[in-house]
Amino acid sequence: MKQPSAFVDRMLYILLVPAMFVSLYLIFIWSPIEKQMGASQKIFYFHVSTAWVAFLAFFVVGYYCVLMLKRPTEDRFIKAGISAEIGVVFTTITLLTGMIWGKSAWNTWWTWEPRLVTVLILLFIYIAYLFVRKMEGTWEKIAKLSAVFGIIGCINVPIVFMAIRWWNTKLHPVVFGEGKNQSGGGVEPDMLVTLLFCIGTITLLYLFMMRKGIEIEKMRLTVRKAKSRVIEKLAS
Amino acid sequence: MKIILADALTIAAKDLRNELKSKQTSGMMIIFSSLVILIFSFAFDPTNNTVKAIIPGLIWVITIFSGLLGLNRSFISEQENDSLTGLKVAPIDPSSIFLGKVVANLVLVTIVQMLSIPILFLLFDYKFHGDLIWFLLIVLTATIGFIVIGTFLAALAANAKNSEMLLPVLLLPLLSPLMIGAVQATKIVLEQEGITDAISWLQLMAAYDLLFFAACFFLFEYLMEGS
Amino acid sequence: MLELKEITKIIGDKIILRNFSLALAPGESVAVIGPNGAGKSTFFKLAAGLMQPTSGEILLNGEQIKKKTHLLKKRIGYLGHESFLYSALTPLENLRFYGKLYKVKNIEEKGMELLKAVGLHYFKDIPIRSFSRGMIQRLAIARVLLTEPDFLLLDEPHTGLDQEAVSLLNLLIKERQEKGIAILLISHDFEQVIQVCERVLILNKGRVVEDKSIDHQRGLMPFKNWYEAAVSGK
Ligand SMILES: Nc1ncnc2c1ncn2[C@@H]1O[C@H](COP(=O)(O)OP(=O)(O)OP(=O)(O)O)[C@@H](O)[C@H]1O
Ligand SMILES: [Mg+2]
Repeated sequence: MKQPSAFVDRMLYILLVPAMFVSLYLIFIWSPIEKQMGASQKIFYFHVSTAWVAFLAFFVVGYYCVLMLKRPTEDRFIKAGISAEIGVVFTTITLLTGMIWGKSAWNTWWTWEPRLVTVLILLFIYIAYLFVRKMEGTWEKIAKLSAVFGIIGCINVPIVFMAIRWWNTKLHPVVFGEGKNQSGGGVEPDMLVTLLFCIGTITLLYLFMMRKGIEIEKMRLTVRKAKSRVIEKLAS
Repeated sequence: MKIILADALTIAAKDLRNELKSKQTSGMMIIFSSLVILIFSFAFDPTNNTVKAIIPGLIWVITIFSGLLGLNRSFISEQENDSLTGLKVAPIDPSSIFLGKVVANLVLVTIVQMLSIPILFLLFDYKFHGDLIWFLLIVLTATIGFIVIGTFLAALAANAKNSEMLLPVLLLPLLSPLMIGAVQATKIVLEQEGITDAISWLQLMAAYDLLFFAACFFLFEYLMEGS
Repeated sequence: MLELKEITKIIGDKIILRNFSLALAPGESVAVIGPNGAGKSTFFKLAAGLMQPTSGEILLNGEQIKKKTHLLKKRIGYLGHESFLYSALTPLENLRFYGKLYKVKNIEEKGMELLKAVGLHYFKDIPIRSFSRGMIQRLAIARVLLTEPDFLLLDEPHTGLDQEAVSLLNLLIKERQEKGIAILLISHDFEQVIQVCERVLILNKGRVVEDKSIDHQRGLMPFKNWYEAAVSGK
C-alpha cells in the first residue's frame, strides 16, 4: 500500500533536484541580462513563479474547502491546511522579492501596485484562515468553519484585485504602466523560456512540499489516534 | 421566503428590545467612536487645513472600530444560557437567524453613525458642502456590506474562545475592497468632484454587497450546524 | 412516531453512540438513564436535529430529519442542560419570543396559563437575570410546553427544582402524556423515573444495555439494584 506513494515521492525528488539546478543555471547564466535594470532583474523569475504558486496554493485551498462543505473528510481537511501553510511561505517570498524588485526598479520598497497589494491581502487571508483552523473543538467543526471561511476568502481575492487596480488608475494613472513593462512588454524569448521553466520548477517544489506535508500531518494524526486509544483502554 | 423574513424580524426585534433596555452596546459604541475621534484630533491637528483630507477615511475608521464592538456582542450575547441552541432547535430556517442579526446590527451601527459622524464634523470643524443624498447612499451601501460580512464572521468567530480578537483578524482583510470603495466614494462626494466617479465606486460596493450577501446567506447554515 | 435506526455518532475520533435504535410511539413515556458521559444528551441532540448522525437515520412520522426539514422541528420540544432563555427579557417576553418562532397561536393567553402552571405568574414582568436556578428551570419547562410539541425531550428536567415543583412537573408531564404526547426523559433521579415513565432504557458507553418496562409495584430499591447490575455489566 505504501509503495506507489513512496515511488511518486522519489520520482518528484529525482525530478526536482536537477530542475532546481537547471533553473538556477538558466536564470543566472543562460538568460540575457535585461538592458535597463541589469542583473537585479533576475529576481523577477523568482517573484513571478512564487506568486504563481501562492495563487495556486490558494486555489487548492478553495477547492478543498468546497469539497469539505460537501463531505468533510480528514484527508481533505489536512490537504487544505497544508496547502495554506505552504501558501503563507510563498506569499511571503513573493512580497519580499516584490519589494526588492520595487527598490531596484522604482527606488521604493513598496508601491501600491494592484498585484502586489493583492498578494499582501492574500497573505492576511491565509493567516486568518490558519487562525480559524487553530480554534479548539473537534476537527469536524473546525473543518466546516474553516471551509466556510476559505470560500469567502476565495471570493474576495479577485474583488480585491479589481478594487485596487481601479483605485490605482484613478489615483495616479499609468505611473508604472499597466502590467506591460513588468511582466511582458519587452520579454525576450530566452527570458520567457527561463520564466516558464522556473514556474514549472517551483510548481514541482510545491507538489513535493504538499506531499511531504500531508505525510507528516497524517503521521501526526496516527500518533494522536493511537494515543487516545491507549488512554481509552487504560480508562476502561 | 416570507416566513424567513418574519422570523428574521422577530429575532431582530428581540435583539433591539434587549438593546433598548440596557443601551449597553450602543452606548459603548458611541463613547468609543467619540474617543477615537478625540485621539485622532490629537494625532492630526484639526486646525490644520490639510487634515480635512483625512475626514473620509476617519468616517470609516470610526465606523469599523465601533462596529466591531457591536458585532462581537451580537453572537457572544447568545451564548448566555446557550440561547443560540434554542434558535437552532426552533423550526426556523438558519438563514433567518443571519438575516435577523444583520438587521439588528445594521440598525445599531446606523444609529451610532448618525451620532458619531456629526461629532466628527463638529470636532474637526468641517463644513459639509457635498450632496447629502449621495453621501447617505454611499454610507449606507458600504455599511450594509460591512455588516453583512461582519455578522457572518462574528457568527464564525463566536465558536472560538478569543472571539473578540479573532473577529478583526478575519474581517479586516475581507473588508479591504469595500473600504477602498467607501473611502474613495466618500472623498469624491465630500470634495464635490465628479459624481460619475462616485457612482462607479458605488456600483462596485453594491456588487460586493450583493455577492457577499448571497454567499453568506447560503453558507450560514453550515455555521449553525453542529458537528 | 419517532424512530432512530442504527444511529452511530462519532465526534472527533471518539465513538459516542453505537448502533442505537429506538422507536417511540405517541403517548409513550420512556426514561433514558445511565452513568455520566454515557451519551444520553448526545442522543437527544441528534433527535432534536442539533447534530447529524455519522451513520443511520432518524425518522419523524416517517420523514427523515435533515437540514431542510426545519418545519418538522416544530413537533419536537427539547429541554437541554441550558435554559435557552434571554436573561435581559422578562418571562413573558421570553415566551412571546419563542412562541413567535414556533408560530404558536394566542401566545399571550397560553403564556400566562403556563406561567401560572409553573408558579411564576407573579414574576412575569421581572427580567429573569435575577431569577434563581429553580425559577429559571421552571420557565425553561414552560418554554418547552408552550410550543405544544408531539415529542418532549426532557434532559434532566428535575435539576434545581424544589419538592413542590417536582411534583408539579410530574403532573404536567403526565397530563401531556394522556393527551398522546410521547415523552423521553433523561434523569439521574430514579424516584421520578419510576413515577413518570413506563419504560426505561439504560445507556452505557454509547450502547443500550437494557430496555424494559418499569414494574411500578416493585419500588425503588429493586430498581436501583437492577440498574447497578446492568451498568457494571454483570
Ligand atoms: N461536542 C463534543 N465534543 C467532544 N466530545 C463530546 C462532545 N459532546 C459530548 N462529547 C462526549 O460524548 C460523551 C457523552 O456525552 P453526553 O453529554 O451525551 O453524556 P451524558 O450521558 O449526557 O452525561 P451526563 O449524565 O453527565 O449528562 C462524553 O464522553 C463527552 O465527552
Ligand atoms: Mg447529559
